[in-house]
Amino acid sequence: MTTLSPIPTDGPHVVHDTALNLGDVVDVLLLRDYNTMLVVLATVVLGLAAGAIGTFLLLRRRALMGDALSHAMLPGIAIAFMVMVAFGGSGKSMPGLLIGAAVTGLLGVAAVLAITRLTRLKDDAALGVVLSVFFGFGVALLGIVQDMPEGSPAGLASFIQGKTASIVRKDLWLILIVAGVVALMTVLLFKELALLCFDEAFASVQGWPVLTLDVMLLTLVTAVTVVGLQAVGLILIIALLIIPPAAARFWTERLGVMLALAALIGGLGGWIGASISALVPRLPAGAIIVIVVATIFVASMLFGARRGVVARLIVQARLGRTVRRQHLLRAIFEHVEAADAEDAEPIVVEATLVQERSWSRAALRRLLRWARRRHLLAAVGDGRWRVTDLGLTEAARVARNHRLWEIYLIHHADVAPSHVDRDADQIEHVLGPRLVRELERLLEPAHPAGTVPPSPHVIGPEGG
Amino acid sequence: MQWYTLDTWIVVIGVLCATACALLGNFLVLRRMSMMGDAISHAVLPGLAVAFLISGSRSSLVMFIGAGVVGLLTAVFVQWVHTFGRVDRGAAMGVVFTTLFAIGLVLIVRAAHAVDLDPGCVLYGSIELAPWDTVAVGPWLVPRAVVVLGSVLALNTLVVGVFYKELNISSFDPALATTLGINARAMQYLLMTLVAITTVAAFEAIGSILVIAMLIVPAAAAHLLTDRLGSMIAVSLVFAAVSAALGHVAAIVVPGWVGATDTMTSGMMATVAGGLFAITVLAAPRHGVVSRVVVRRRLRGRILREDALGLLYRLEEQDQPVTRSELVDRLRTALVIGGGVATRAFRGLVRRGLAEPAAESLRLTDAGRVRARQLVRTHRLWESYLYEHLAVPADHVHDTAMDLEHVTDPAMREALADHAADAAEDPHGTMIPPA
Amino acid sequence: MTTAPASRRAARERPHVATGAEHHPDAPLSIHDMTVAYHRKPVIWDIDLDIPAGKLVGIVGPNGAGKSTLIKACLDLVPRASGRVLVYGRPYPEQRRRVAYVPQRETVDWEYPINALGLVTMGRYGQIGWFRPVTRRHRAAARAALERVGMQDYADRQISQLSGGQQQRVFLARALVQDADLYLMDEPFAGVDAATERAIVQVLRDLQAAGRTVLVVHHDLQTVPTYFDWVLLLNMRVVAFGPTAEVFTEDNLRKTYGGKLTLLDAAAQAMARAQR
Repeated sequence: MTTLSPIPTDGPHVVHDTALNLGDVVDVLLLRDYNTMLVVLATVVLGLAAGAIGTFLLLRRRALMGDALSHAMLPGIAIAFMVMVAFGGSGKSMPGLLIGAAVTGLLGVAAVLAITRLTRLKDDAALGVVLSVFFGFGVALLGIVQDMPEGSPAGLASFIQGKTASIVRKDLWLILIVAGVVALMTVLLFKELALLCFDEAFASVQGWPVLTLDVMLLTLVTAVTVVGLQAVGLILIIALLIIPPAAARFWTERLGVMLALAALIGGLGGWIGASISALVPRLPAGAIIVIVVATIFVASMLFGARRGVVARLIVQARLGRTVRRQHLLRAIFEHVEAADAEDAEPIVVEATLVQERSWSRAALRRLLRWARRRHLLAAVGDGRWRVTDLGLTEAARVARNHRLWEIYLIHHADVAPSHVDRDADQIEHVLGPRLVRELERLLEPAHPAGTVPPSPHVIGPEGG
Repeated sequence: MQWYTLDTWIVVIGVLCATACALLGNFLVLRRMSMMGDAISHAVLPGLAVAFLISGSRSSLVMFIGAGVVGLLTAVFVQWVHTFGRVDRGAAMGVVFTTLFAIGLVLIVRAAHAVDLDPGCVLYGSIELAPWDTVAVGPWLVPRAVVVLGSVLALNTLVVGVFYKELNISSFDPALATTLGINARAMQYLLMTLVAITTVAAFEAIGSILVIAMLIVPAAAAHLLTDRLGSMIAVSLVFAAVSAALGHVAAIVVPGWVGATDTMTSGMMATVAGGLFAITVLAAPRHGVVSRVVVRRRLRGRILREDALGLLYRLEEQDQPVTRSELVDRLRTALVIGGGVATRAFRGLVRRGLAEPAAESLRLTDAGRVRARQLVRTHRLWESYLYEHLAVPADHVHDTAMDLEHVTDPAMREALADHAADAAEDPHGTMIPPA
Repeated sequence: MTTAPASRRAARERPHVATGAEHHPDAPLSIHDMTVAYHRKPVIWDIDLDIPAGKLVGIVGPNGAGKSTLIKACLDLVPRASGRVLVYGRPYPEQRRRVAYVPQRETVDWEYPINALGLVTMGRYGQIGWFRPVTRRHRAAARAALERVGMQDYADRQISQLSGGQQQRVFLARALVQDADLYLMDEPFAGVDAATERAIVQVLRDLQAAGRTVLVVHHDLQTVPTYFDWVLLLNMRVVAFGPTAEVFTEDNLRKTYGGKLTLLDAAAQAMARAQR
């Protein structure tokens, strides 16, 4: 059996005792220790590049392509080793191994695309097939390599597992150069890649070489993955490609901002993760980096300003509440409207209200309490409520807005739905006073401005 | 090649493992959740570590519980990230499983003294060693892996058997399942829990990578070979078993070719499965690449011959004698094709008895004339239909009619004839031949 | 702005306006004040109506009017921001058996390994219940449903080998086999051939004759008067709802479609010509 330990060796321990002192922390964070500096710099640059290029993968819905790609690199490493040994080399030349990895990685990507194009299989099955078969093939090849008389594949394993802690100056230069080139290309090709991700068909009709762009994107991903493999390991480079862009997405709707944020999150994860790993014994750097970016992801998902869960829940709850309050006010208004008695007090009855609308008794109570707090209603006992002057004003405003919106939807049906904002306190704020006056005229020419127009519903005889 | 009892046990273990995986894989592939297999098999690592830390033993039951819980959690987390975070499902899987894997790594490294888990073993497995670890079953000593994997296979078979129709409907149309009162989400979680348990059972024997291969590859191949769920499952099981058996044979034989003595059986099983999959993609009877190319070429050939037939008929109509090379030239320029292709089209007509050599040229046989008249009639009916009913300009109708005439069946032709009942001529003023 | 006395005066001057407050307790489908919003944007807004029993109801409106959303929200397939749905007087989850849903064709994977008969049989799964297998009786029911839509000869075909119209008919058969009282159909006429359209219309009429209630999202204005006896004109909100003869008027259509109607109409006619 081949034993390959996937556990990256421990961090370059600056400190070996368990008690941390502040001086050490500062030393590590400020990169004063040479060894630590190398590791941290490499992971930061890697995180930057992976986050940036991963943004386009995510937007192209190909997030897991990095997964297949990196697994498909294993046979390339083994084959490159065998070929170099066959030609009398030591088999451990870094550029040779990396080229081998890149070649089979790209082959794997091509296989995924071919399977989805040529068969009825969907992309998930294609990814899974390619990933497992290529990797299995690589494992089989490594087994053979290890058994070959010439072969001593020690060190090959680090491509899969990563050896964050033992990054040396030569590796760092490689990572810096590759990641730098990727970052530069991402900036240069920003417009083209954005077009590719947004609307492939449109891009191709506009005469952009879509296939070439796609290949370029995947080549850039391959480059990052290849250098990332040995730095942080197989699973963890996948994480750096996926998690930072996914986290950035919660904060912005703009691609440029998202790209910058993703790069920032990736770089930050690399810095913090590698530093923690250097400070605390027996913490694998790659894994810590992933946990750091994952923490940022969770925080972003919860609290992200644009698409975060909390922000959305608040909006939703607010919308539901507003809708219910408006319903109450409209119901109140319709009651007052329907009452004939000239000078009777405007009274609404809880029992009648609860029958009319979809609310439960408890929900109605809550709404009535709200209305009382706002001095819109005053309790007169027996489940009866008097509508205050303020309540009448407010109810009239809501009813008027509602009916004007309805009229607007009817008479401007071609543009209307995109303009409707029912939350607006005053319809004038959205549509402007002139349009509103026109709508009022449409409703009923003789209708005095400022009063409530009748509902434009067309009601069938049996219901509605 | 030397074959020992040991090899038989290895094959038995491989086959049990592969079939247990492949059975579930069918539903993963059909739900477009293949990568969930990948995700879960990576994500169970922390589950194993925690189960180990809590129980302090490697007892299978504890491991299975740990794995089952984390497998379910993975599915739930992915669902959350997908629905609450509105992240694309693939990316959601990527986020969740890499994170869980990282946590698992940290746990194992931090507690290395307490956890006797070799993650290398988790990735690659050690099927070669599995037969040595035996337990007594009645009077026999059987490899533990056989017992464990056999039980898991039985469990999977039982669950799939009992919930067959629920799994089926919730894979095909979750919305319908929901409106029928079948909880599609619950079925999904059940499936994911089974995947996690199977993954753990298979770890020790074959490693996580082969688990993914056996979850996805047999089912994907079977999807290309069958059109019914029942037969798809059957084919996937056979495919998995064959891959496992051939994989072990290959692991013994292939290394000899390059002067090595041995390699990893699990890797070879995945490789063989991949090879068989590639053959399936190319050679599957109906959905294979080759058969589709052949069908397309055949259709092209028929269309070409029909165009050649139409050309002969029109020339006969105009009473224009032309030489054979002129014939080829005309077809070539009309269809913008190579000379060889055009020549072959005419040769095909002769071979099918639709045309025969005459002097310097070709002429239609009686059978060919009947067929050609029908074609030309269809063509001109289409032209007049396009012109009259769809207001396509007269100088544009020819090309469209050329395309349509090859796909028109007799019923359509009669419907067309009804529309153009009074038309005796097409828009170019040529006669429409009678039926 | 409005002052209280002014609005009170206005309120008294206005005649009573029905608000949809009165709901029939046993209506097949009773929607109360339903609002659905994606993020902040309302998709449908304050829908409040009863679908009367035994009627063939068409839902029409421009693209983005929320027609499909209305149906999905009734079936709890999309979340509602507010509102309540009652099916025959009880909440929908208690009445699933009485409702059959025909989704749009694109919602499923037509490469799925199943034949037409198998797909139709799925309509019975809810009634078969957990653990029990599909028996010959269920398949016979499925076969009968296929026959009703004229698809009996295609029972053994894998579903990807059916044309669009045939697929739609199989979907319809699946709903028929559910033997429901209320049918909700999302664009069953989209992209189908003339023969399928005739077959579907016949099935709709049969259902109605058997006393079932059918709600159909429809896109072809031309055929509305001939197909449906009730119509719901929808553009985010209910523009009009009632018997086709009363409600399906030039004026209401203009309200629903705005300036788009003439252009839309011309385009629809041209498309219809091109397809026949």
